[in-house]
Amino acid sequence: MSEINREAVAHLARLAHIEMTAGELDKMAGELDVIVDSIKSVQEAAGPDVPATSHPIPLANVFREDVVGETLTQEQALSGAPDSADGRFKVPAILDEE
Amino acid sequence: MSAVTEEILSFEEAMEKYDPVLGFEVHVELNTKTKMFSSAPNVFGDEPNTAITPVDLGLPGVLPTVNKAAVESSIKIGLALGCKIAPSCTFARKQYFYPDTPKNFQTSQYEDPIAFDGSIDIELEDGTVFTVEIERAHMEEDAGKLTHMGGATGRIQGADFSLVDYNRAGVPLVEIVTKPIEGAGSRAPELAKAYVAAIREIVKNLGVSDAKMERGNVRCDANVSLRPYGQEKFGTRSETKNVNSLRAVERAVRFEIQRHAAVLDSGEKVVQETRHWHEDTRSTTSGRPKSDADDYRYFPEPDLLPVVTTEEWIEELRAQLPEPPAERRKRLKTDWGYSDAEFRDVVNAGVMDAIEETIAAGASAAVARKWWMGEVSRRAKEAEVDPVDVGVTPELIVELDKLVQAGKINDKLSRQVLDGVLAGEGTPEEVIEKRGLAVVSDDGPLLEAIDAALAAQPDVAEKIRGGKVQAAGAIVGGVMKATRGQADAGRVRELIFERLGVQG
Repeated sequence: MSEINREAVAHLARLAHIEMTAGELDKMAGELDVIVDSIKSVQEAAGPDVPATSHPIPLANVFREDVVGETLTQEQALSGAPDSADGRFKVPAILDEE
Repeated sequence: MSAVTEEILSFEEAMEKYDPVLGFEVHVELNTKTKMFSSAPNVFGDEPNTAITPVDLGLPGVLPTVNKAAVESSIKIGLALGCKIAPSCTFARKQYFYPDTPKNFQTSQYEDPIAFDGSIDIELEDGTVFTVEIERAHMEEDAGKLTHMGGATGRIQGADFSLVDYNRAGVPLVEIVTKPIEGAGSRAPELAKAYVAAIREIVKNLGVSDAKMERGNVRCDANVSLRPYGQEKFGTRSETKNVNSLRAVERAVRFEIQRHAAVLDSGEKVVQETRHWHEDTRSTTSGRPKSDADDYRYFPEPDLLPVVTTEEWIEELRAQLPEPPAERRKRLKTDWGYSDAEFRDVVNAGVMDAIEETIAAGASAAVARKWWMGEVSRRAKEAEVDPVDVGVTPELIVELDKLVQAGKINDKLSRQVLDGVLAGEGTPEEVIEKRGLAVVSDDGPLLEAIDAALAAQPDVAEKIRGGKVQAAGAIVGGVMKATRGQADAGRVRELIFERLGVQG
């Protein structure tokens, strides 16, 4: 059985400040459940002799030199924003975090 | 949040009953040229949302890349804190939903920080040394800056909306986390301040951070808990966020100890929560309790590869470390031959570097201290600035000292010369010339003044003739007054004895 149930989805929605209807919660719980179950089959394939990995390619130390590159202009930065003011992104005040 | 004044116990009473345990999380902003995972410039004070790339905005399809210089700075911090450096470590996503991160996660490190298991010795002002164990130092990125608009106070309560500038988003941070610090007792507030001061000094000395607390380059979250003496188990802690000056760190820890003590005394339980420090009222208020909102759901960052550190790389970086500040202080104190008290005063006045430079420029340790702790500090106090901001350079002190050594001016006149130089009247030589400050070295005018002084005080003259040489001071004083301080006091003394035919 998967760990994804209706309650878990409601909890994640609350964390992400996303309002979901009862119908949406049920639908999402069902869909996520299928996804998690599918991925679980990977765990069955990998035995205890296979070390955990965060990346499919055995590479490390892919670094960037500390050199300034191209930046966005303020207009470009704000072009996808739903709202802006004074060169900044305008967002609803979020009261429960600070 | 309503401004309920909470009960507090006196610090003394709190300390009689309870044993404080501290813990610190200090965030250090690195001063690399670019950000942690993007090539945007790491700058302060630019036009909003101009020092950013698509990576910093978390736009779809972007690929972050690790800044090698930031990794090297992090390793240096780890080494300076006596930490082990992880042979291999990874990045992780810390999920949270707040507009200061456009990605809905902060790229950080979780289970495998780059540096861990260190310790530093913290010396308090009276010389007492506490060893603070470092749990870990990990790499992460800073968040954007929110400004809350509307509402009456400009604070978040009552704000209508917030404006976000992402210039700071992605600036490299190293978070340094201590293990629980036990046994500080009533020195806890002092230790808190000294610890943050030491971290600031170390990262500044390494050259990896600008280390300006007023700019948020070094930020401290202070954890405080109390337990009855003799109890091993820790009490419930509070975490006071973003205490951003050394003085505030000391005061916030002190306040939290007093507040916890009052809560425990009344039989209540301390709530595990975030507190906010308010400098105006010198108190903390409740932020939010620890809740399921702290469910960060860390997982390995799939866009970034592990950082692997070789022995050669670590040793190469270790070789670049400057002398640790505490060792440097010990060396300088021995070299200069100052007493404990003298040296402590020098450090507290912030003139240690200035004295070192003055000695390097050619002054003796005693002369350098005399000037910086005397005349320069006095002027600094008057002008309410730091001694190093008075406008006196090490070279100027050396020049004035040379003029005194050569007998051209005396101590008193040298102060007037300094006045002239600071007033923009030119070089010391020019000031002496313009103000006519050179010591009167011609015996003629001196003898005239001596005769006048002796005639004015015949009883004193008689005493000196009778062998009471210490009485000569009154005559010397008269002569100095008559010559407006421009006589060499030693020469005047000699001449007085010659005049009166006695042995000095």
